[in-house]
Amino acid sequence: MNAQPIELKKHEVAHHFETAEQEFDAAKIGMWAFIAQEVLFFSALFVAYAVMRFLHPDMFINASSMLSWKMGLFNTTVLITSSFTMVMAVQRVQVNKIAQSINYLIATLGLAGVFMVVKYFEYTSKFSHGIFTTKFFVAEGAFETLPIFFGLYFVATGLHGLHIVIGMGLIIWLILRARKGEFHSEYFTPVEMVGLYWHLVDIVWIFLFPLLYLL
Amino acid sequence: MSDSSHVGYLEAEKGLKSWLFTLDHKRIGVMYLFTVFFSLLLGGLFALLLRLELLTPTTLIFSAKQYNQLFTLHGAIMVFLFIIPSIPAALGNFILPLQLGAKDVAFPRLNLASYYIYVFGALFSVFSLFTGAVDTGWTFYTPYSVESSTSVIAMTLGAFIMGFSSILTGVNFIATIHKMRAPGMGWFRLPLMVWALYATAIIQVLATPVIGITLLLLILERILGVGIFDPTLGGDPVLFQHFFWFYSHPAVYIMILPAMGIMSELVTTFCKKNIFGYSAIAYSSIAIAIISFLVWGHHLYVSGQSEYASMIFSILTFLVGIPSGIKVFNWIATMYKGSISLETPFLYFLAFIFLFCIGGFTGIVLGALSLDVHMHDTYFVVAHFHYVMMGGTVIAFLGGLHYWWPKMFGKMYSNKWSKISWFLIFVGFNWVFLTQFVLGASGMPRRYYNYLDQFQPLHAFSTVGTWVLGSGFLIMTIYLLHSLKYGKVASANPWGGITLEWHTKGPTPIHHNFVDTPQVNYGPYDYENVEIPS
Ligand SMILES: [Cu+2]
Repeated sequence: MNAQPIELKKHEVAHHFETAEQEFDAAKIGMWAFIAQEVLFFSALFVAYAVMRFLHPDMFINASSMLSWKMGLFNTTVLITSSFTMVMAVQRVQVNKIAQSINYLIATLGLAGVFMVVKYFEYTSKFSHGIFTTKFFVAEGAFETLPIFFGLYFVATGLHGLHIVIGMGLIIWLILRARKGEFHSEYFTPVEMVGLYWHLVDIVWIFLFPLLYLL
Repeated sequence: MSDSSHVGYLEAEKGLKSWLFTLDHKRIGVMYLFTVFFSLLLGGLFALLLRLELLTPTTLIFSAKQYNQLFTLHGAIMVFLFIIPSIPAALGNFILPLQLGAKDVAFPRLNLASYYIYVFGALFSVFSLFTGAVDTGWTFYTPYSVESSTSVIAMTLGAFIMGFSSILTGVNFIATIHKMRAPGMGWFRLPLMVWALYATAIIQVLATPVIGITLLLLILERILGVGIFDPTLGGDPVLFQHFFWFYSHPAVYIMILPAMGIMSELVTTFCKKNIFGYSAIAYSSIAIAIISFLVWGHHLYVSGQSEYASMIFSILTFLVGIPSGIKVFNWIATMYKGSISLETPFLYFLAFIFLFCIGGFTGIVLGALSLDVHMHDTYFVVAHFHYVMMGGTVIAFLGGLHYWWPKMFGKMYSNKWSKISWFLIFVGFNWVFLTQFVLGASGMPRRYYNYLDQFQPLHAFSTVGTWVLGSGFLIMTIYLLHSLKYGKVASANPWGGITLEWHTKGPTPIHHNFVDTPQVNYGPYDYENVEIPS
């Protein structure tokens, strides 16, 4: 498909930096600080999970068995694979294999799409059984034992899903810029930063999956 | 001065668009400054109104509900719209790159974005004013905040959005301090303001997301009924308090740490002396930042938290006094044998020491478990945190504003009026809040609309104090605005400071700040080796 090779564009260092290296390092520190705040953002949900589980241990065991661990495991595999394709996209751009890098980005985007589709089916199957967040919970005979778990489930996976969607937007942005030849071995900061973000989203899921589906 | 590189950043580009789309940290700082100052006046107006209502024990002007809305608006506006962004985002934006000898912050576009995110969030909060205001208090405690019919969602969404702005500023400052320092400026040649902003940025990045998710959970609780905070659904309302204070106690240090940074700048410049105990002050900023994450439970002594947890939180709370004390002693030691000049900014330094000590010591009193059970939710608490937030942060903000005003705008304000205004603010402040210590200790609960007749004399006395305090701010607003147009042209270094911001020649140029990148060979306050720039 890559009939013409992509013409690489020289990167101009922003006026307030002395060197490209300084520019890259600043972006990297900034990104790590941002990731730290993301971790703290999700951490409150994990604390809420722990407290609610402590208050209602039976509810959590009952409710978690209602989630399909097969779907969860499938999605976990999908996300871990997408982290791998993301790593490859970053690595390829560093050695100026831009077309390959773009293909890996497209693969990552596709896997993210698969994740969201599976999530869609999980959500709708819950809705069809009357399982909503706590206040609107109508599943028969289950009210006493299940609702808060599903309240947390929808909030946690919903916020995680929102991060996936934002990540998909960022990956599309990368693909468009990479096609114009803006990324190459001299300048690949955005690819690397989105990569970091993507791994974070992956790691959050790796914690959510066992806590919600398995335990 | 006809060289185009010597046009100041204010004149370099013209028109509204050149401001609204600017990426220059100085202009963004100025936009923040005007926005937060406006918020200060708005929050202050609400304070005047609610104190007016408290003039008598029964209804005077407002209904009980309106009164609840007033103190919520006063608190929420002062905390989220004014104090949190005041020093880091307004003064810090302007001064940080200059003190580092840098051309800008690391991410100028992110910087502008965080300003607009702040404005957007602030508009949400102001919008809540017209859709029923909020009557929960600025702490939004559940379960009432879930049930209240007022527009809790607009206000908390506003605070949530402003939180993002604060996080992005923190991210930006961390990267800037790590990577944008002038050649030769190692970590121990950083001005102490920079250390303070660094510690602040760490808290902004690590604590703010927790209030973000907490407020989001509160909003979702209202819309979807998640149940986590709702006891009728099996949730735990105290969990909200834990989450809230996990952010909001460190947030107190988002407010006070940069204020302490300003103090270090003021005391050295106006004593013309090297700081006493540089590294002790620098490390104590970091120590305060760390301890701040471990003390939130002192807000929950009477919320049913376990006694052992309360004891531990009480001990940890006392620990905050150590690094704070280290700073105060070092500032006072710096004054010893200095050539002190009592300019307006230095008067604010003196006021800060006096008021912050009262605020700090009463904080230790409240941190003590047995006393707090008695004092909890009384005017004693109100007076304590006003001494820290207003006596500490706002006074430092005003000190910094008067210190950097000539650098920011190239104009001098009236010396006489600034001192009169300082005097009114200092006297008015103590008038209002010393009284409230007495009120609280004798049992007056906070947030009450009506009160027992026996408290009226002190309440009325406190209310009259707000008029003195308010007139001080009114005078300040007038002479500062007046100076913008009619003020005397200020020299590049009117106070004889030697940190890098005073080395810029004439009005600070827009794109590169310094004509030549400065080379740093000495400590930031080394008056013996560094020549005072003219
Ligand atoms: Cu506290």
